[in-house]
Amino acid sequence: MSTAAVASVPTWRRPGRLVASLAVLVVWSLLYLVLRGRDTLPLGETETTPLHQSFNHLSDSIASNRNSSPLFVYFFNYLQIWMTQFVTFVQSLISQPGFGRPAPLIGWLGVLALGGFLAWLLAGWRSAVLAVLGFAFIGWQGLWTEAMDTLALTLAAVLIAVVIGIPIGIWIGLSRKAARVITPILDFMQIMPTFVYLAPLTLLFLIGPASSTIAVLIYSIPPVIRITGHAIRSVPESTTEASDSLGATRWQTLTQVMLPMAKRTIVMGINQTTMAALSMVTIAALISAPGLGQTVLQALTTLDVGTAFNGGLAIVIMAIVLDRTTTAAGEGTERTFEHGLPPRLRWGVAGLGAIVTAVLVWESATFWWANTFPTGHSIGPSIVSGVASASTWIQDTFSGVTNVLKNLISGGLLDPLQTLLTESPFWLVIIALTALAAILGGRWAALSTVVCLLIVVGLNLWQNSMETLAATLIATVLTMVFAIVIGVAMGRSRRVDRIVRPTLDAGQVMPAFVYLVPFLVLFGASRFTAIVSAMVYAVPPAAKVIADGIRGVSESTVEAATSAGASTWQIIHQVQLPMASRALALATNQGLIYVLAMVVVGGMVGAGGLGYQVVNGFVQDRFIGKGLAAGLAIVLLGLMLDRISQAVASRVDPSGAR
Amino acid sequence: MSSFRTRLQDDGVRRPSRGSPGRSAHGSSRRARAALPGIGAAVVVLAVGLSGCAGARIGDTNAAAGGGGGAGAASGECGTLKLAMNDWVGYTADAAVLTYVARTAMGCTVQQLPMKEQIAWQGFGTGQVHVIVENWGHDDLKAKYIDQQKTAVSAGPTGNIGTIGWWVPPWLAKAHPDVLQWKNLNKYATQFATSESGGKGQLLDGDPSYVTNDEALVKNLNLNFKVVYAGSETALITSFRAAEQQKKWVIGYFYSPQWFLSEVPMQKVELPPYTPGCDADASKIACDYPRYDLDKIVAAKFAKDGGPAYQLVKNFQWTNDDQNLVAKYITADKMTPDAAAKKWVEANKVRANSWLAGIGGAKPF
Repeated sequence: MSTAAVASVPTWRRPGRLVASLAVLVVWSLLYLVLRGRDTLPLGETETTPLHQSFNHLSDSIASNRNSSPLFVYFFNYLQIWMTQFVTFVQSLISQPGFGRPAPLIGWLGVLALGGFLAWLLAGWRSAVLAVLGFAFIGWQGLWTEAMDTLALTLAAVLIAVVIGIPIGIWIGLSRKAARVITPILDFMQIMPTFVYLAPLTLLFLIGPASSTIAVLIYSIPPVIRITGHAIRSVPESTTEASDSLGATRWQTLTQVMLPMAKRTIVMGINQTTMAALSMVTIAALISAPGLGQTVLQALTTLDVGTAFNGGLAIVIMAIVLDRTTTAAGEGTERTFEHGLPPRLRWGVAGLGAIVTAVLVWESATFWWANTFPTGHSIGPSIVSGVASASTWIQDTFSGVTNVLKNLISGGLLDPLQTLLTESPFWLVIIALTALAAILGGRWAALSTVVCLLIVVGLNLWQNSMETLAATLIATVLTMVFAIVIGVAMGRSRRVDRIVRPTLDAGQVMPAFVYLVPFLVLFGASRFTAIVSAMVYAVPPAAKVIADGIRGVSESTVEAATSAGASTWQIIHQVQLPMASRALALATNQGLIYVLAMVVVGGMVGAGGLGYQVVNGFVQDRFIGKGLAAGLAIVLLGLMLDRISQAVASRVDPSGAR
Repeated sequence: MSSFRTRLQDDGVRRPSRGSPGRSAHGSSRRARAALPGIGAAVVVLAVGLSGCAGARIGDTNAAAGGGGGAGAASGECGTLKLAMNDWVGYTADAAVLTYVARTAMGCTVQQLPMKEQIAWQGFGTGQVHVIVENWGHDDLKAKYIDQQKTAVSAGPTGNIGTIGWWVPPWLAKAHPDVLQWKNLNKYATQFATSESGGKGQLLDGDPSYVTNDEALVKNLNLNFKVVYAGSETALITSFRAAEQQKKWVIGYFYSPQWFLSEVPMQKVELPPYTPGCDADASKIACDYPRYDLDKIVAAKFAKDGGPAYQLVKNFQWTNDDQNLVAKYITADKMTPDAAAKKWVEANKVRANSWLAGIGGAKPF
């Protein structure tokens, strides 16, 4: 049987792996024909098991302990009060009336001046221009207050994430043991769908800024921790040893040698955290966080695609401004204000900028015209109506073609795989997947697979999990097809890169809710709609990784191939892609994780599976427990796919030596 | 704006070796270092100068504050009304009218808090939510929060009648009128099939917020259909709209009152009639959904204090037609909820005034 195959496989050579995988699939399919329909562990969409009900009691017990349990009285309640005060403080700086004033302290003119000045100081004049123009455009869209609410929430969350995250990151960078304990927690925080803990959070921290900030924090703090840890680990040992031998204390080595060397990478971590925080603001709007998320969600209740897009566009612009500024600040490649100036002048120029900024901030704090963004000539209505008619045109023109495409992919790829996964006995699926993991990723990948799948069985959500797994795998394959095409084009040409990259950024940050309506018209409420939405989100990061990999292939190799008379296709196919195979594997890993992050959105557009269960648990009291179980199942599938793809990635070596 | 341009131009001054417009404009000295203080002074003077011609100061005039939350606080008596905003348009219509009346006639401060139903029910206990203004059944939540935790009470019906069931687009009802009888559904099952229904007919279920018995119904009525979970109201409405436009076959779970019905008048399929108790055993249900008398739920403490805002919520009542009209103002006519509410109240002053009866300090319209 297939288990017999497992033991002998890892020693096989690479071409052998493919054959072995195919063999497992063939044996699996044959066994499926015989055993179909047995031990499939079905459970109706609206049925629950005792396990799910016991999870329900968990959330009830929070409510009843609110004001008696010491954990609440001394911890959660204080945390809530402190958090609320902090966020309210940031809001009253830029977005909401506060400090006993009828308007925020700093108005639009002040925010533009401050934003421009800070971007100039930290990242150079290009960033400053981008920041000023970007924010001015958002104001022109008629979304100033909403955008400032979003910015306030994002800034508050990022500040807290930095204060907590960098020390933890340093810790896991210095201690392997700490890293081993904390990394799985970070995985958990990133993969667990927010919908699962949104309702319990409002029980712990009430409805309001505290809950929204913590929800954003849970999702966005892992990158800064991970990347800080990575940065600290990357400091060469010889350097720290040299510092030690000079008699420096550990603290001195850390603060004067390691941190300065790791600074650039840590800034990248802050960048990632900021992006993650911004992508959560729409979801936080579900528990009444103010801002652009509200604009998008409210537009959705009347299927107003134009207004939703307008809000989404503002989020994208804000993301691009924050991304480019922090990236430039981290890389230090751009000319910051001090470049090309003699030292004495630097302070003069900076001081001058500071004075001007201070004056403008003062103006915006004092006068209405500089505080409330002028609404006279907003471009918002034109964007709204333009997008609405564009989306109608797309829907009317393409819905015939897209239906054919949907039926082709659903019938030709998705259905067979899903049937194989859901109609085989569960134990056969576990054996087969473990065998595949062993062949492709090795022992540890196989172990993670078997453990994760057994727990999924224990969660009583086998069928839903397999439906989700099937859709996730197909979506990842399609994602990789697009990512390779786009990534190769970007990697080979700087110009293509410059044109495509902002589009990719938009795909990553634009809230999915914005494009759900047109997709639903094009593809109906179906698994395919979910797959397409997931691709919009997952292709960008995968394509960026591949582009990096292609660019990393040494020029001399490519030139050698060119002079040997290889065609462009041959160079891509036989030189660049094989040499970037490590990047391809990493991109697949990223693609999988990003696709998985969209499972819940998929549940809202007809994909069913675990995503629907999570949504259901969020809105119906009876299903909280089942939703929690579904969230855990998503985490487990995520861990399994992540461990397998990472194992595959670490095996892949450009030289093919191992 | 002019101070802005000035500031950006001093980028040009940074590199003294190049002849920049900024420098030449002030070009009294050859060295940028010497020009710097001069430019600085000019910029500061310009920026400060702006304040001279600038208009209203913040905090000077109350009139300028406009539209903010500050206005209501002054009258004091009514206090703050924390209104949960569930995310469907009918609810928005109710809430907008209630808000408008509370603000203008009673001087209440109304906080509108957007959130899902379940979260709103949780909020009663913590004092963060006072009112849910349109509740659809939710017997499980009523049992939990009204009977067990005693944090919420009902404040009576809104007057709206909710209907849940299976609906088909109007073109289909016209082309095949017999589709409106459940007994004929099997005849058309293949027409309703999609990529998601595995060869059977597709019954599109929607927003998980609403209770559904459809899996049991399909089974117990022996229908050759598969329930496909669209997962959101957005997905449902989009599917229906596309089906009507493209003359496609679709049957799905839907409800009234709902704004979309005034755009596309979906037709309800007749299921075996509802009789009291026919839905007692969830797995054996073979009858239509009951009629829902939509009601208002308020926090127990809010009701006990019995302030003017509670009186208003308790008195508030209108009809499906009223709600549909306000919903149409919001969706089809693209009015803001506040403007829609104002328009309705001004056309229905008698009704609005009847809600204010007996509330001390209220100014009738």
